[in-house]
Amino acid sequence: MSQTQTSTRRLARRVGWETILAILLVVAIVAGNFLNKDFLTTENWANLLANFTEIALMALPLSLIVITNEIDLSVASILGLSSSLLGALWQYKMAMPLALATCLVVGALCGWLNGFLIVRFRLPSLAVTIGTLALFRGFAYIILGDKAIADYPPECADFGIGVVANTFIPRPFVLFIVLAVVFWVLLHHTTVGRSIYAVGGNATTARFSGINLNRLKILLYVASGVISALAGIVYTFRFSSSRADNGIGFELSAIAAVFLGGVTVQGGKGTITGVVLSLLLIGIVNNVLTLEDVANEILRIVTGSLLIASILVPNVIASARERWRVARQLKEVEKLSAAPVASQQHFI
Amino acid sequence: MTKPAKIPVLGRGWINAWFRSREASLVLLIAVLAVVTTALNPRFLSPQSLKDLMLNVSIIALLVLGQTVIILMRQIDLSISSTVGITAFLSGTLFIDHPGISSLAVIAVAILCGLLLGAVNAALVAWGKIPALITTLGTLYIFRGANYAWVHGRQVSAANVPGSFLAIGTSTFAGVPILTWIVLILLVVFSIGLRQYRAGREYYAIGSNPNAAVLAGINVSRRIATGFIISGAIAGLAGALWLARFGTVDATAGEGIELTVITSTVVGGVAITGGVGTATGAVLGALLLSVFSSTLVFLRAPAFWQQAFQGAMLLVAIAADAYLAYRHALRLRIKWRHV
Repeated sequence: MSQTQTSTRRLARRVGWETILAILLVVAIVAGNFLNKDFLTTENWANLLANFTEIALMALPLSLIVITNEIDLSVASILGLSSSLLGALWQYKMAMPLALATCLVVGALCGWLNGFLIVRFRLPSLAVTIGTLALFRGFAYIILGDKAIADYPPECADFGIGVVANTFIPRPFVLFIVLAVVFWVLLHHTTVGRSIYAVGGNATTARFSGINLNRLKILLYVASGVISALAGIVYTFRFSSSRADNGIGFELSAIAAVFLGGVTVQGGKGTITGVVLSLLLIGIVNNVLTLEDVANEILRIVTGSLLIASILVPNVIASARERWRVARQLKEVEKLSAAPVASQQHFI
Repeated sequence: MTKPAKIPVLGRGWINAWFRSREASLVLLIAVLAVVTTALNPRFLSPQSLKDLMLNVSIIALLVLGQTVIILMRQIDLSISSTVGITAFLSGTLFIDHPGISSLAVIAVAILCGLLLGAVNAALVAWGKIPALITTLGTLYIFRGANYAWVHGRQVSAANVPGSFLAIGTSTFAGVPILTWIVLILLVVFSIGLRQYRAGREYYAIGSNPNAAVLAGINVSRRIATGFIISGAIAGLAGALWLARFGTVDATAGEGIELTVITSTVVGGVAITGGVGTATGAVLGALLLSVFSSTLVFLRAPAFWQQAFQGAMLLVAIAADAYLAYRHALRLRIKWRHV
């Protein structure tokens, strides 16, 4: 093996997914600045960050779930349910703090139901969360029908659209920053985080090394439910509106962000840093396209394509690398078979 | 030497086997629902209401056939609703842009378009090695987005579509709507194909155990690809028939029906874990769901309840499947205990 080959391989290994994402992020910011002079204004950044707060919130627990090799498709429906419930409770004159707490508890129950069905009946999470995707959205429709509740007090709207004093950071986005730090510590610096990776890497070994798989999975789904409900509250306050179809289709963006962030489909890999970077990247791309007057439907196409590309590209690279490795081995075998004595010695 | 433990009798003959099958319990459930609803509202069994029921179930049942092939292989196709939307509008624009075009030509183009969209999924899943869930979730939104961009707020209305084509969606033959006949013919084709032909058995084999299927010499990638192409082509046909049935089509045609289709398939006994189920069962599942929703309508339940019930039924069906599989495994263990 020649020296150059080793060094390029070493380089390829060292350039992680996050580095690529960071480079793409810089490219996106520079391109956005070139395309539109309004891009780097504080108003635009406040808008940009606010627009993906809900998706960013949901993507955090979702990435942990995907690392354990499961999935949660019901996040957007829990968002819709929590938003509708908040509207209904507010209409029935429940005190706001109590209504908020109820929404979070209902979110936790939704997540628990997901986790319970997956763990207790050993059902595939894909099937369960497709079912609850319909079920929770159905509950939202049962609660609100086609009504819209919009008479929220001004404090709520202030929280939803206001920014932290003297910065461009929207107030709801602070929630995301705090939770991102919490999840980063949880995943990368605690035993819970290590067991999440262990479960995703090999569930059987994880079980034999004493990890309570069931409890861990239920915990993650409950976290996902609570945070999706929180995202529902944020969404409601941001638009001062509760509707049963709030946030429909958001699961696509959240899942796209998770996979683009370098969490692998096979589980066991991925970092919070990667997911945060990919969230920012998706947010910036959407913002730049919106500033360029690109229609909403094209944004959907872009998000869907990003989701597919985020898995297709690594797969293609891996299979090309594998083909190259096999070709090199074949060449070596040929070389050895050209000198029969040497090959015999080699194999003995 | 002790006598071997008595082997529990699993079933005697095909009559017994049929009564134990999922199809029998579905037929029973449908019958019970029908009786209950008729008792509450006799109009349920009127010819008009039965015709409406058959028309309502037909397009879903058609899509269920394609989804059966996919789920048998332990895959999933969420993108069918978007394919239906695109091909429905495409059929409409063909009639507008080419007056006098024959209905068969339009249906053929719709099927071809669906087939191509299915081929995109097929390539990504079989050769791109992307899990079907992620591929079809992506293409669900990509196809729908493309549809919105292309349609751009336009609409095909019944006035643009020739009466002979609309007749496919409304007229009957021997008392049964033509749409239902199409479904029945395809159901026979799919049942025989899945049961008797090598290709059909290979779908089951892949779903039961993908690794074993590879070792048995099945070209798994090619099978998975043909499955997605079949599903796409069926969705294309369903799109053309959607236009025939409803006459009016805009960019939202078919939105959200993938959930109904998957729920029907799974309620019909096609296990989401692959390898188990029949086309007949899946179509009966669609019928059950359809009867159930008309029951809700006849009982004057608000329309908003439908989706929650559908989700609940899907959850109950997969939980029941898991329980039955567990029982079956237990029974097999007892059966082989004497060995």
